[in-house]
Amino acid sequence: MHIYLLVDFGIDPKIAVVDSFITHFIFALTSFIIYITLKYYQPSKENFFYIRIWALLLAIGNTFVIVNALQYIYVSDASYQSLLDKSIPLRFCYQILMVATITLIQWLGNYMLEQQGDGDRKQQSESFTKEAELYNLRQQLQPHFLFNSLNSISSLAGSRPEEARKMIQQLSEFLRHTLRKDEKQLITLQDELYQLNLYLEIEKVRFGNRLKSVVLVDENCSQLLLPVLILQPLVENAIKFGLYDTLGEVEIVIQGKCMDRKWLQISISNPFDPSTHAQNSGTGFGIDSIKRRLYLLYANNDLVQIEMKDNLFLVRINIPQL
Amino acid sequence: MKKYTCVIIDDEPLARSLVIEYLQAFSNIEVMQECSDGFEGVKAIAQHNPDMIFLDVQMPKINGFEMLELIENPPAVIFTTAFDVYAMKAFEANALDYLLKPFSKERFHKAIEKMMNQLGSSQDRPAYDALVEAANEQEELLTRLVVKHHQAVVVLPLMDIQYLEAYGDYIKIHTANQVYLKKKTMNYFEQHLNAKDFIRVHRSYIIPAKEIQKIDPPDFVILRSGIKVPISKTGYGKLKGVLGI
Repeated sequence: MHIYLLVDFGIDPKIAVVDSFITHFIFALTSFIIYITLKYYQPSKENFFYIRIWALLLAIGNTFVIVNALQYIYVSDASYQSLLDKSIPLRFCYQILMVATITLIQWLGNYMLEQQGDGDRKQQSESFTKEAELYNLRQQLQPHFLFNSLNSISSLAGSRPEEARKMIQQLSEFLRHTLRKDEKQLITLQDELYQLNLYLEIEKVRFGNRLKSVVLVDENCSQLLLPVLILQPLVENAIKFGLYDTLGEVEIVIQGKCMDRKWLQISISNPFDPSTHAQNSGTGFGIDSIKRRLYLLYANNDLVQIEMKDNLFLVRINIPQL
Repeated sequence: MKKYTCVIIDDEPLARSLVIEYLQAFSNIEVMQECSDGFEGVKAIAQHNPDMIFLDVQMPKINGFEMLELIENPPAVIFTTAFDVYAMKAFEANALDYLLKPFSKERFHKAIEKMMNQLGSSQDRPAYDALVEAANEQEELLTRLVVKHHQAVVVLPLMDIQYLEAYGDYIKIHTANQVYLKKKTMNYFEQHLNAKDFIRVHRSYIIPAKEIQKIDPPDFVILRSGIKVPISKTGYGKLKGVLGI
């Protein structure tokens, strides 16, 4: 097309071919430069302005090189020279159009690849979160607790079927609540305590007279909010330590206070044996995972406190009211 | 029909009731006592010398395995537990059977039949050697020792140990103010204690790294307590490895 146009303007076909060759050789070179540059440096959308400047400079440079080269080769051909001079703006426009097109295509191509990579990464991190969540769920659903509860039900079914039925109902309600998916969901203290009570009732059936519990919560705190399933793992921990670390009766005390309606403070205590506790590797998984969850939710690492004095092990959590 | 006696050891009352209920089908098995922890279990076994025991694993203070270690000539053991991860260990402890809670009446009957066959015949218990070996390989490290002292059961934190000394079929466990005996081998302790913290310095001695006061090469190491413990050539090599000298 380039050649045909030049011949049409009365230029020697031989010169036209050379002109066309030089123009497109330079252009191909530019395209290559654009490709290489964008491959290693893909500017963001915000920096797109610089790309335009850069493309403009490339176009100017190209035109300059092409025109000079042609002037140099055919310095004796006057009619071609005058046509060359006249064609500078046209050549420039042509260059700018082509450079811009190539740049845009290249940039868009890279952009799409990057987006795809982003998508992959997002998907990956989402699946990580999900796995972590599932892991958490598995943790909450202690198989030990479940199988022993089922064994108790099996025992009750023979001797006291009514109680067996009640325990099945409590266990189901508790499990349904545990299987809730949204870890971020907030729940009123009243509702969480109701669920906790189900759990405590089941454990009391299992352990009989050994397990006692006291729940002391300020009336006016009952509507304050906390993340779902924060208390149950802590109480589970308290029961586990209380029951397996000591002999005789175990009393779990759960206290709730609100501080200026800005903080909800809950403490859970259980008896323990300081002399054998050291070897049980400290705080236990339950407390660590709650600490982690509260950190993820509130970006604060000091929301869980542990106190050990005399024969009492106490965990205190502070939930900000947003 | 031959009569059998048994003791049930489980910290959950309903779990014990279930075993009793299932046992009602066997008029020749008498329940001597129900125990809610390992300490009661040790006493009851000493008192009644039963033919068999039903034993839970997770119990207050000492678990079922630790309890078994305290008994000189243990009766036939049927483990009843919600954990399946202990099966290997159970057979290592010469368990006769292993019932996973919640278990059915049929499964329970099978266990009892197995027990009766076994106790009825004069032959030894079936060889679990392969199983025991497998269990030994994957067994976890000890976190404490449970020992018997006079009639009391003592739970010893590892940090209380000053050193271990071979003593015939027993191991002497030396602490600051007491020496306990446990029927185990030096090899057992070498394998089940963290090699970084406990070093076998001699065929007959294992010492905790934290107790070392001074090394008197090539024959002795002096402990914090002032006790001089002999070390062997290979023991000295191990000692140097652990202490990085």
